[in-house]
Amino acid sequence: MLATPLLSLAIWVPILAGLVVLATGADRNAPLARMLALLGAIAGLLVTIPLYTGFDLNTPAMQFVELHRWIPRFNVHYHLGVDGISMLFVLLNSFITVTVILAGWQVITSRVAQYNAGFLIMSGLLNGIFSSLDGVLFYVFFEASLIPLYLIIGIWGGSNRVYAAFKFFLFTLMGSLLFLIALLFLFVESGGSFSILEWHNLPLGLSTQTWLFLAFLVAFAVKVPMWPVHTWLPDAHVEAPTGGSIVLAAIALKLGAYGFLRFSLPIAPDAAHELSWLLITLSLIAIIYIGFVALVQEDMKKLVAYSSIAHMGFVTLGFFMFSALGVEGALVQMISHGFVSGAMFFSIGVMYDRMHSRQIADYGGVVNSMPKFAAFFMLFAMANAGLPATSGFVGEFMIILAAVDYNFWVAFAAATTMIVGAAYTLWMYKRVVFGAVANHHVAELTDINGREFLIFVLFAAGALGMGLYPQPFTEVMHSSVNELLRHVALSKIQ
Amino acid sequence: MLLMACVILIVDLVVKERKRTVIFVATQLTLVGAAVITFAISSGDIAYTFSNMYVSDLMGDLLKLLVYLTVIIVLFYSRDYILEREQMARSEYYVLALFATLGMMVMISANHFLTVYIGLELLSLSLYALVAMNRDSVPATEAAMKYFVLGALASGLLLYGMSMIYGATGTLEITAVAERLYMGQANKSILVFGLVFLVSGIAFKLGVVPFHMWIPDVYHGAPTAVALFIASAPKLAAFAIVVRMLVNGLIVLAQDWQTMLILLAVLSMAVGNIAAIAQTNLKRMLAYSAISHMGFMLLGLVTGIVDGDARFALNAYSSSMFYVITYVLTSAGTFGMILLLARGGLESDQIDDFKGLNKRSPWFAAVMMMMMFSMAGIPFFVGFFAKFSVLQAVVAAGYLWLAVVAVLFSLVGCFYYLRIVKIMYFDPPTNTAQIEAPLDMKILMSANGLAVALLGIFPQALMSVCAFALLRSL
Repeated sequence: MLATPLLSLAIWVPILAGLVVLATGADRNAPLARMLALLGAIAGLLVTIPLYTGFDLNTPAMQFVELHRWIPRFNVHYHLGVDGISMLFVLLNSFITVTVILAGWQVITSRVAQYNAGFLIMSGLLNGIFSSLDGVLFYVFFEASLIPLYLIIGIWGGSNRVYAAFKFFLFTLMGSLLFLIALLFLFVESGGSFSILEWHNLPLGLSTQTWLFLAFLVAFAVKVPMWPVHTWLPDAHVEAPTGGSIVLAAIALKLGAYGFLRFSLPIAPDAAHELSWLLITLSLIAIIYIGFVALVQEDMKKLVAYSSIAHMGFVTLGFFMFSALGVEGALVQMISHGFVSGAMFFSIGVMYDRMHSRQIADYGGVVNSMPKFAAFFMLFAMANAGLPATSGFVGEFMIILAAVDYNFWVAFAAATTMIVGAAYTLWMYKRVVFGAVANHHVAELTDINGREFLIFVLFAAGALGMGLYPQPFTEVMHSSVNELLRHVALSKIQ
Repeated sequence: MLLMACVILIVDLVVKERKRTVIFVATQLTLVGAAVITFAISSGDIAYTFSNMYVSDLMGDLLKLLVYLTVIIVLFYSRDYILEREQMARSEYYVLALFATLGMMVMISANHFLTVYIGLELLSLSLYALVAMNRDSVPATEAAMKYFVLGALASGLLLYGMSMIYGATGTLEITAVAERLYMGQANKSILVFGLVFLVSGIAFKLGVVPFHMWIPDVYHGAPTAVALFIASAPKLAAFAIVVRMLVNGLIVLAQDWQTMLILLAVLSMAVGNIAAIAQTNLKRMLAYSAISHMGFMLLGLVTGIVDGDARFALNAYSSSMFYVITYVLTSAGTFGMILLLARGGLESDQIDDFKGLNKRSPWFAAVMMMMMFSMAGIPFFVGFFAKFSVLQAVVAAGYLWLAVVAVLFSLVGCFYYLRIVKIMYFDPPTNTAQIEAPLDMKILMSANGLAVALLGIFPQALMSVCAFALLRSL
């Protein structure tokens, strides 16, 4: 084990960098603020790389563990650690932060320091969520991460931003407050411990488990978001600035799914089995119904937002079939969705910066004026539709394979959405990029500049790399996923 | 007690002075001196003096120190506000503040129902006068009248309750009452009857529903400096008398008063949080928020004794104490911010006055945001751990439904705190004037904000101090 507290660095380097950026103050120092923010984000990414290179593939146990007393009065610890499930998200998050800072480089011109600081602080908090092994610590990061996103949507968002910011905040808070009570209940049940790992081994009766599971479900389903509590997401996405959408889609949505793996399944395994029909039904509704909803959207961001919900439906479907293939497929899907949806939102952002419209109807023939952009956009649209050789394919394919094992009709229903998914993405692509040049605004568009090109390359490397060679991603998950499933298969009722 | 005498002596000295700065300094020195004396004579043991009329214990000492500290902060915040207003620019503000402080001291260390009453009246009478200080202001006079009439009624209820308890137990000394109740030598029905009046009186002083009517009017009508005073230190003293009378004195009746307090707590959280949403005046909004916070604080007190089992008592009462302390800290900061923005004789107590504060002063907007998120109970701010520890006590006592009700109403409450943040950050400023304030106030305001954040990251120290103080005092 390494002596350096890598996880603490992953959390606190971005947060401190964020505070330094804040200190640059007014907009006249904006160039300085941008540079510092980029340096901070890159430093934040660099400190997470040893997490991957130093990761031990053969153990399902937590690695890079840090354990300190925090609030002894309630037996709360500053307890960090990652396993094969959470480690990749820390990396993904730090990576996305770099792209987000770059994405806002020229676009954000007011309150630059606050904007960049918001993203850096949020990045640290999100890393904290993924590496917390203490219930209270997890919760604290989980809720605190709402604040920066609330401000980002509200300050730099679109015309209806206030509504979207409030809806986002209150929806998520509603879920997490019940989650807090579940945590306190577990604290009492376990005789005074907030350790998530100890809770994993805590025997609980079925009815208790069911209540806990439902409390967790409310919190995480809002976050995922699952049908029918998804309505905040399209609003938040549409109103958020590009960077906010990227973080929201790429990272924030993963928190709910991650919560299922870290809390719901291991703490209440029997209830999870009992209620898996409910979760699978909800997931299928999300996949199919939301897929059709996406088809009729006029607003590109809304379309991608709905497609995110459908993709996350695949993730929850993968979890609740309790097979290694399904869970790993879901994890792959989560990471892949991080790259792909991030890139999709960035693409829309690129067009929006030039045209100040997200309506599909305002576009047409973009390929004529922005050929390079069209090429990249094509790649990500394909990945979003789940084309083989892109990362979008790997995860969905694994999940559908697992579903065939589980129940043919579930698999059938899930697989049909490959068609719907392709339909809404490619149809949007066709209407926006191909065809005759719609109006003189489109004709005057300038192609992407070096900065945007760089961001596209970063995203493309992720999406293609994962699609062509998923091994480095899946191998780190194996032992943790197997351990998780072994654990979930055991009953906790005594 | 020594301390009491000291305070009174120095108060007399101040009254003779007429120069404003001198009075301000002298007042502050008085408070610091009194705090030092309290700290010096605090032995940590329980000691009774003045024929058992007073008690000195660690809980009392801790609360007293905090009251001194709060009053010192309050006076710093109020100073300029008062100087700018002719009606109020007199030494009376400081003198009355000192008398009110003295009243709180008496309340905190009372070991006799009558001592509680004397302290309470001293505090209340000073506050009535303070509220009415701005003589020409119609809302202030109206607020003072309401406060006085309702306050007198509540005092009456309290006294009536005390007389019933005297009738049932034959004594008014809190420890003796507890003893006699424990021995079972009291008429239960008279006692419970008296208890109802006692609880009503207390509920009035705490300002919980349905005895909350005065709070919005007084907060709204009173000069901001006075509202700041009312919204801070007296809450600590009110907490102290609740513990003294109900826990120290009538613990045997815990089942009875807990049921009453649960009702009050739930009603307060509901009415406070829902009514606060509709307010456009920040002071009025904070008044409703105060009602809901007091309701939340009561939750800790109702979970002390479960089925006659006192195992959870310490945990529960100390979480309430932590809650009330952090509330006072946050509330002082919030009102301080209103005072900071109220410059040149103008008020800034409309919510819209905070519009675009982030553009005018990012730092103070950030401080205000910390206060708001802390009140809403969002981590990493101290308000979260306050809610956390109270909820923990509630869940530990097995009242899961109560915890769910509490969080649902905090969700409602979150809305109006978020609205303040929205006003400050999302809206363009209507007033672009620079914020001018004396350096000491700026520093203190910043320190207050940082305290809210730092205690939110390291709450352990204050939590264990509360727990330790109660452990040594109960």
